[in-house]
Amino acid sequence: MAVPPEGISRANLAPLRLHVPEPKFRPGDAVDFAGVEVPPAGAQRRPDTAAPADSFHELAYTLVRVLDDEGRAVGPWDPRLSPDALRRMLRHMVLLRAFDERMFRAQRQGKTSFYMKALGEEAVAVAAAHALDYEDMCFPSYRQQGLLIARDWPLVDMMNQIYSNSADRLGGKQLPIMYSAKEAGFFSISGNLTTQYPQAVGWAMASAAKGDTRIAAVWCGEGSTAEGDFHSACTFAAVYRAPVVMNVVNNQWAISSFSGFAGAEATTFAARAIGYGIAGLRVDGNDALAVYAATQWAAERARTNQGATLIEHFTYRTEGHSTSDDPTQYRSAGEPTAWPLGDPIRRLKDHLIALGEWDEERHVTQDREVAEEVRAAQKAAEANGILGHGLHQPLDSLFDGVFEEMPWHLREQRQQMLDEEEASGRPWARK
Amino acid sequence: MNMIQAINSAMDVVMARDPDVVVMGEDVGYFGGVFRATAGLQKKYGKTRVFDTPITECGIIGVAVGMGAYGLRPVPEIQFADYIYPALDQLVSEAARLRYRSAGEFTAPITVRSPFGGGIFGGQTHSQSPEGIFTHVSGIKTVIPATPYDAKGLLIAAIEDNDPVLFFEPKRIYNGPFNGHWDRPAENWSKHPGGEVPTGYYRIPLGKAATVRAGEAVTILCYGTMVHVCAAVVAEMGVDAEILDLRTLIPLDIEAIEASVKKTGRCMIVHEATRTGGFGAELSALVQERCFYHLEAPIARVTGFDTPYPHSLEWAYFPGPVRIGQALKTLLKDA
Repeated sequence: MAVPPEGISRANLAPLRLHVPEPKFRPGDAVDFAGVEVPPAGAQRRPDTAAPADSFHELAYTLVRVLDDEGRAVGPWDPRLSPDALRRMLRHMVLLRAFDERMFRAQRQGKTSFYMKALGEEAVAVAAAHALDYEDMCFPSYRQQGLLIARDWPLVDMMNQIYSNSADRLGGKQLPIMYSAKEAGFFSISGNLTTQYPQAVGWAMASAAKGDTRIAAVWCGEGSTAEGDFHSACTFAAVYRAPVVMNVVNNQWAISSFSGFAGAEATTFAARAIGYGIAGLRVDGNDALAVYAATQWAAERARTNQGATLIEHFTYRTEGHSTSDDPTQYRSAGEPTAWPLGDPIRRLKDHLIALGEWDEERHVTQDREVAEEVRAAQKAAEANGILGHGLHQPLDSLFDGVFEEMPWHLREQRQQMLDEEEASGRPWARK
Repeated sequence: MNMIQAINSAMDVVMARDPDVVVMGEDVGYFGGVFRATAGLQKKYGKTRVFDTPITECGIIGVAVGMGAYGLRPVPEIQFADYIYPALDQLVSEAARLRYRSAGEFTAPITVRSPFGGGIFGGQTHSQSPEGIFTHVSGIKTVIPATPYDAKGLLIAAIEDNDPVLFFEPKRIYNGPFNGHWDRPAENWSKHPGGEVPTGYYRIPLGKAATVRAGEAVTILCYGTMVHVCAAVVAEMGVDAEILDLRTLIPLDIEAIEASVKKTGRCMIVHEATRTGGFGAELSALVQERCFYHLEAPIARVTGFDTPYPHSLEWAYFPGPVRIGQALKTLLKDA
């Protein structure tokens, strides 16, 4: 047996300790977010979009904010949008919230299997969509339905997908909310986390290689920055200066795991950019104007061949992860209301009111109109069927789209399935 | 031409015809690939169509999927098939399913080239045959050539195919056919009919097997390097075997297999990959299901062992002439 050389002994060393992160508050705890640093709105400088990425590292460690507590837009990041543009953005955010509410309820009523709300995060997708060109390609994760809403994609089409009904363009083959809408620049959603990151970079690289002018944008949650794909994508984005806007939605919770399990105790998510030599920005994700300004700035960098920008949207997931999740089991009930960055819709509304371009009465009227729009869409979608009311798609479509042309083994299996169907005499049989 | 030159020629021909074809991977650009398969392409087609990548297989395939979704036809290279596993999720969950999950809105027309198989003293990390993992996945095609002529025609068809294709290149026969006797001098493609490769454009359709040798006594199903080893064994033993080079595993040429086994009444399956759950098991089940009443002996499987590829014991692992010959004798003993 080997003996350590004389003089080398570990006998005096204190035992090592494993650090396992723990969130500040658990169910039953009183919430105090005093530790969350919220710098004043307007305090952060806005570098020229042509500035080198290593000349504004501090922006990855702070919080770019535009809207102050009085609802004023202040500082160099104020995108100076017209009242009409602000009202359009507000309406889309309100519409997204109403849509979510209605579909969440539809799931609870057993009309579909699954739903995910973006409650509290409406600004992240809606404001970004407003700042991008319609032709740009978005690679969303599963909580960016706001992109489709902001691109005025038909609500009925989204609902058809949620219900997997006869008008679902995806033929009932995807989990609800995993939309695909190429026409709206909305890439097919994968349930596997962050796989869309290198894909977005690849799309952006292709656009650059072809001398196109379109850019790509991509979103993932803070938890999934731990996935290898995220880091591969950052490497590619840096190496080829890909025209891509990379968004990390830091909503504090990856199902029941708080952001500390993705490394939030050690540094910010925007700071990941620094190691790759790409631009990093950390923004107040509940401030629609800050999200808009950051996205517009990053898009301009991308479009002028300055390369990729990584934007961390600091926000809070007010609801559970999905309809299958119960957040009261793992986090304090006081968190959503105590969240120091407020509600994104209320903040934008207050801003418009402060400008004299909006009022409570108009807001209530708009809420009513939007609710009616969603209700009408739901009625139209449900006329095409809901999940659970039997089969909506032709049975043999199950085999469509595995390959461009169906090989013999799939044709055989399809025939076997149809024979089985014939033999069963099931009343809902459709071919 | 040898197989490397044929593969190079295939990419050259397709790139000249279609400006959307791009070649990417570790070392494929300036250097032309560690096996020289992409030599000269960057010089000819420029750095935006032939470029080196970071060493991240999931990144290479993920980026290729995105490029494919944009409308390009990427031909990513994974330097050795042993390194394809970090890219597994992008291949299995993304490339293979993109068409299905988006109802055809987005597709991934990528062709992943990767040298595979042993017999070059590559040890555990440069010798594996992972095709069985991918044939188990719906939505991805798997192609394995056995001659330079086939390699070029199949690779052109693969790149032009609108589905994701894995193109596994048997690196033991890159430079010449191989009879399985590691201690005998290697042959040269110049004396082999499969080494006659036209310089221009031609395609070999995916899903069609090749009859390497017609025979009446037994059907041998094989692909890649094993085609040459089987042919050598059959010639040495003087057996009247029919050898089918499958060429494409998915889609598989079931008609050719069925017709041949029904004719000969005996079937041997040979591959280099580990045995359990391998593609040979699928072939065996298919033959049993379709040809049972024509079989005069149990189906024989000759494969690599269920161990990692051992460096110094490589030739004990390799399904060579002795293992194949013994299986053939057993299979033919009542004939």
